[in-house]
Amino acid sequence: MVKPTLVTNSIRTLRFAAGEMTQAELADRVGVTRQTIIAIEQGRYSPSLEMAFQIAKVFGVSLDEVFHYPG
Amino acid sequence: MSFEERLTWVNAVVSVVVTAVYCAVVFGRLGNMPVADVAYQWAMLISILALVVLTIIGAILMAVGTAVSAEITGNGSVDDIDRKDERDVQISHRGMRTGYVVSSVGGVLALGLAMLEYDYFWIANALFLSFVVAGLVTSAVKLMAYRRGF
Repeated sequence: MVKPTLVTNSIRTLRFAAGEMTQAELADRVGVTRQTIIAIEQGRYSPSLEMAFQIAKVFGVSLDEVFHYPG
Repeated sequence: MSFEERLTWVNAVVSVVVTAVYCAVVFGRLGNMPVADVAYQWAMLISILALVVLTIIGAILMAVGTAVSAEITGNGSVDDIDRKDERDVQISHRGMRTGYVVSSVGGVLALGLAMLEYDYFWIANALFLSFVVAGLVTSAVKLMAYRRGF
C-alpha cells in the first residue's frame, strides 16, 4: 500500500519508552479516537499541527522528536 | 473501526438495499405499461422515508452494539460513541465534497431531461437516483479514506 504521507513518526517508540503506554491511553490524553492514533502511527494520516503538538506534549518532548520529514 | 466509520457503513448498506428494492419495484413496472402511467411516487416517498428511518435505526443499533461490545470485551469504550476528532471531520468533508459534485451532475442531468421534455418519471428518477448515488459515493470516498488514509 502506498503511504499517503511522507511524514514519519516515532510514536510507537515513545509509547514504549513511556511505560508501554497504550494507543487507547494516548488517544484519551490527546482527545482523539484510538483509530486516529493507529492511522498516524501507520503513516496513513498526517495530524494537524495542533494535534502534533498535543502528542509531543503528552510525551514531554519536542515536535521534531515525534514527527520527521525526509530531506 | 471508529464509530464514525461504522456509521458510514450503515449509510452505505441502507442506501444500497433501499435503492435496490426501489429499482426492482419501479423499473420492474416499466416493461408492462407506458412510462407516463408507471406509479413511482409512493415508492419514491416510501424509499426516502425508509432511507431516513433505517439509517437512524442502524445508528442506534450500532451505538448499542458498540457499548455492549465495549462492556463485554473491554476493548474500546462507551466514550468512543460520541467521539469525533479532526480526522473524522476531514474525512467527512472529503466525502461530502465528492458527493456534492455527483449530485450536481445529477441535477444538471435532470435539468437536461426537463428541457428535452422527457416524462416526469425520468426527471424525478434522475433526481432521486442522483441523490442516492451521491450518498453512496460520499460513503465510498469516506470508507476509502478511513481504510487507505489520506
